[in-house]
Amino acid sequence: MSKVGILGIGIVPARALSSDVSYRELIFEAAVKAYEDAGIEPFDVDTFVSVSEDFNEGVSIFDEYVPDQLGAVLKPVHTISGDGLYGVISVAMQIMTGMFRIGVVEAHSKASNVLNHLKILELALDPVYLRHTGVDPRFLAGLEMRAYMEASGIDAESVARAATHQRTNAIWNPLAAYPGKFSPDDVLLTEVVAEPLTEGMVAQPADGAVVVVLASEDVIRSQKKNQAVWIEGMGFYTSEPSFDTWVWERATYAELSARKAYEMAGISCPSKEISFAEVDSRYAYKMLQHIEACALTDGRNPAQLLRDGFFSKEGTLPVNLSGAHMGIGMMEEATALYQLAFAADQLLGRAGRMQLSDPYRCIIQSWRGLPTRSGATCILSRD
Amino acid sequence: MEPKVIRGRDLKRDEFEKALKVEYHPEARYAWDAGYAVGKFLEGLKQGKILGVRCRRCRRILVPPRAFCELCFVPIDEWLELKDTGTVNTFSISYVSMDVKRLEEPEIPAVIEIDGASPGVGILHKLGEVDDPKNVKIGMKVKAVWKPEKERTGAITDILYFKPLEE
Ligand SMILES: [Zn+2]
Repeated sequence: MSKVGILGIGIVPARALSSDVSYRELIFEAAVKAYEDAGIEPFDVDTFVSVSEDFNEGVSIFDEYVPDQLGAVLKPVHTISGDGLYGVISVAMQIMTGMFRIGVVEAHSKASNVLNHLKILELALDPVYLRHTGVDPRFLAGLEMRAYMEASGIDAESVARAATHQRTNAIWNPLAAYPGKFSPDDVLLTEVVAEPLTEGMVAQPADGAVVVVLASEDVIRSQKKNQAVWIEGMGFYTSEPSFDTWVWERATYAELSARKAYEMAGISCPSKEISFAEVDSRYAYKMLQHIEACALTDGRNPAQLLRDGFFSKEGTLPVNLSGAHMGIGMMEEATALYQLAFAADQLLGRAGRMQLSDPYRCIIQSWRGLPTRSGATCILSRD
Repeated sequence: MEPKVIRGRDLKRDEFEKALKVEYHPEARYAWDAGYAVGKFLEGLKQGKILGVRCRRCRRILVPPRAFCELCFVPIDEWLELKDTGTVNTFSISYVSMDVKRLEEPEIPAVIEIDGASPGVGILHKLGEVDDPKNVKIGMKVKAVWKPEKERTGAITDILYFKPLEE
């Protein structure tokens, strides 16, 4: 089976609004950049995946709306719903079959075009048991946050610190929409969404587009002679199926998918063998929960480690230096691919002010968001 | 072999109502950014013009316009004003409205190849001022009927319909 690597990535910087361009024009820009970065023409691509959720687009069967701007006319195209990493894994598996040599994953967000996000989120809730509460559907995050804090001995201030950690990191990420410098207290003082969750702990929506070109080893070796980034491990899992049986304090889906990816990559001690991590953080507490789920703390308290600078650029195991969801912006399926792009740049020594010295391997972890127990992970490494 | 018909009885309205169910009415609202190409097209409609674009590589003239050629994968920046006449490529005669009501007067959705655009390139609209739907034919020449200028909003509905063109 062929090894799969990244041949090129194209990104449109995330921003709160993008009223000057249509979603097609947004994706086209990312696609042009990706093919240029990959040194190919779209005609060279064998298979395309669009990662999107029809309710967020306002158009169903959305994959019918992507071929034009991706250069995918008269080519195999399909949608993967879930998250950007699911798309990466899907294309990687297609390439591993040997039937395809070059594959493309596209994810984008036109969140600014959705006028009532909470009603769209409500549509994901079970109509019999959950829609009757009549409250902001993010109460689910409130329930989860409380259970997690209780079980892990983490206070709200630490969660707020996770938010500022990412917003501050985003200052040095030119692709991020929400850089900011403030204190955990500022986060705690924002409006309450669903106690203990406050607005400052919730990632804000952003628009953007990202296109990732993956390819088999032979293609990459022939194009990128010096340095390449490889997908060493992959995993995606759905854990507890319904709310009645949710394990609220743990991100079991992330534990399982990380374990699978580590196993595939031959990693036995993640905290020692991983140079840095990018994890999902749609809500600030998720960063801490996902760090634990990815087995990066060796049983230590992630809040304490965060306070000690363990996850900072100068720390032992930097996490979410990209700014992640809190700093880059909440772009549904796309944010994880912005993180993947940042990670690839890190491995290639192109991360600018946030460049680490000699990173060689990282984990990227994603979550499908509320109200799911689904997520994926990828391990990337360089030559 | 003839299929066997098993007869039941019709369910009454109150029998449906007695069955337990959960009702929910979705409220999804969107406002899509038109962007550069579609935006300029809509602006043209407001002025009573049908605008198209030409790809510098394959030379196709496309309507509605787009910011890039999907076949050549290059940006498009050459704009031209097309005629507001065209040819029916295909059509249908519908007696059922969007909300599933019977229509006395049928609607006639049609694909209209706009004069000046490349063959096979057309916009989807409807036909009007048709005496008898039976007389509509593929290949029929049609012309846009516009809303009065003051009522135009920069939408595809600024064209009310296309009417048959006297030969
Ligand atoms: Zn062309």
